[in-house]
Amino acid sequence: MQLPEPVQKLIDAFSRLPGIGPKTASRLAFYLLRTTDDTAPALAEALQALKANTSLCRVCFNITLSDREICEICDDPRRDRSVICVVEEPLDVFALERTGGYSGLYHVLHGVLSPIEGIGVDDLRIQELLDRLKENVTEIILATNPSMEGDATAMYLGRRLAGSKVRVTRLARGLPVGGDLEYADQNTLKRALDGRQTLERG
Amino acid sequence: MPLRERTIRTPALVLRHREIGEADRLLVLYTEQLGKIHAIAKGVRKLKSRKAGHLEPFTHSTLQLAKGRDLMIITQAETLNAFLPLRENLAGVGHASYVIELIDRFTYENEENPRIFHLAIRTLERLQRAKDPLLVLRFYELRLLDLLGFRPELQQCGLCQAEIKAQDQYFSAERGGVLCPNCGRSTPGARPISMEALRYLRHLQRSNFQQASVARPRPEIHTEMEILMQHYLTYLLERNLNTPSFIRKIRHLDTTDHVPPAIEND
Ligand SMILES: [Zn+2]
Ligand SMILES: [Zn+2]
Repeated sequence: MQLPEPVQKLIDAFSRLPGIGPKTASRLAFYLLRTTDDTAPALAEALQALKANTSLCRVCFNITLSDREICEICDDPRRDRSVICVVEEPLDVFALERTGGYSGLYHVLHGVLSPIEGIGVDDLRIQELLDRLKENVTEIILATNPSMEGDATAMYLGRRLAGSKVRVTRLARGLPVGGDLEYADQNTLKRALDGRQTLERG
Repeated sequence: MPLRERTIRTPALVLRHREIGEADRLLVLYTEQLGKIHAIAKGVRKLKSRKAGHLEPFTHSTLQLAKGRDLMIITQAETLNAFLPLRENLAGVGHASYVIELIDRFTYENEENPRIFHLAIRTLERLQRAKDPLLVLRFYELRLLDLLGFRPELQQCGLCQAEIKAQDQYFSAERGGVLCPNCGRSTPGARPISMEALRYLRHLQRSNFQQASVARPRPEIHTEMEILMQHYLTYLLERNLNTPSFIRKIRHLDTTDHVPPAIEND
């Protein structure tokens, strides 16, 4: 027996989302079919508003409301405009903002270089970052993920920025809090060693 | 090899990964014992994950795998070699990615071939120390083609069987090797190959790595061999490879003096 078309259509739509397999997709679809409260209409409304009411900041490419050209961070006069923190995804901006410890601006690349997957320089917002250097920027913080692709992207940006007067820094990498030396991989251990700091004697 | 046990311990090379679920990754691995497989690594996108660093692309690790409902699950991972020197520069990343991409594209799931596994590991080790990484890559391509059953014929004409003489020749991907000038001229799709490039390719094909690595092709010959091999590989795969364009971009970065971006300080 085939499922009624509206149900099958929703299952197919869910299945296209990352991290959702056919089983989870069916479970979600049937859950929504059963609920009598406003879960389904609220979801439908939120989905429609998602694309209609958001856009990318034309300076940093972070997500912002569609009635703004520039996001709230770029627009905030209290932010330090001489520092740009470069991240892979908009979610990274929110993670860094939650720390409350950063007051500069951001630049969202919308991805990382991946030679095997064929994601290259032109697929990311790299030229847009280089264009921003004209605006009295003194430091670029490379905050891509500590992964092969994140490192490759940081190395590439480092090379493109070499020769400019901007100071280029990379987020410190070390042993994870609560970790155990004997379980650390070579890469993490080497970087932790490279980034060792003098112990302040109190 | 049919998998009877519920868990297995095997050396593996990480080929690719894709993010799934909240913090999990789906990995494509080339294992010594099972060949190419997909496996899930749970929770590795959390920064405090112990396994994550052992499961980065082109890491040689010992893995403990358990049979899950649909997929294998990685329960333990320990790095044997992360090939750190290759990760520290863009050319190294490009070359290692190329090694990985060829294996991923040319192999099917669950067909084990330990010789392919060992060739890949040895190639990554060689790339770490190589003065001429391009020679290492050409040697790798030719050995891999041998193991896959696509060894190009470089000794005699693929059409008339005439022995190849010391002169410029043709190469036909369709015919799987060289053609003599007579046959080559009239074969559509055959492309010229210089005697010098052909000589090096024959040398690489017939030698062990130690003998092969004494070769010192001129840069133009290197380029010719690279284009020819990639033409042949693309023909066999019936689609383009991703990594070569990355490698070319990086090379371009090396050879062009970048105009530093304009900065108007004060
Ligand atoms: Zn912005
Ligand atoms: Zn012939």
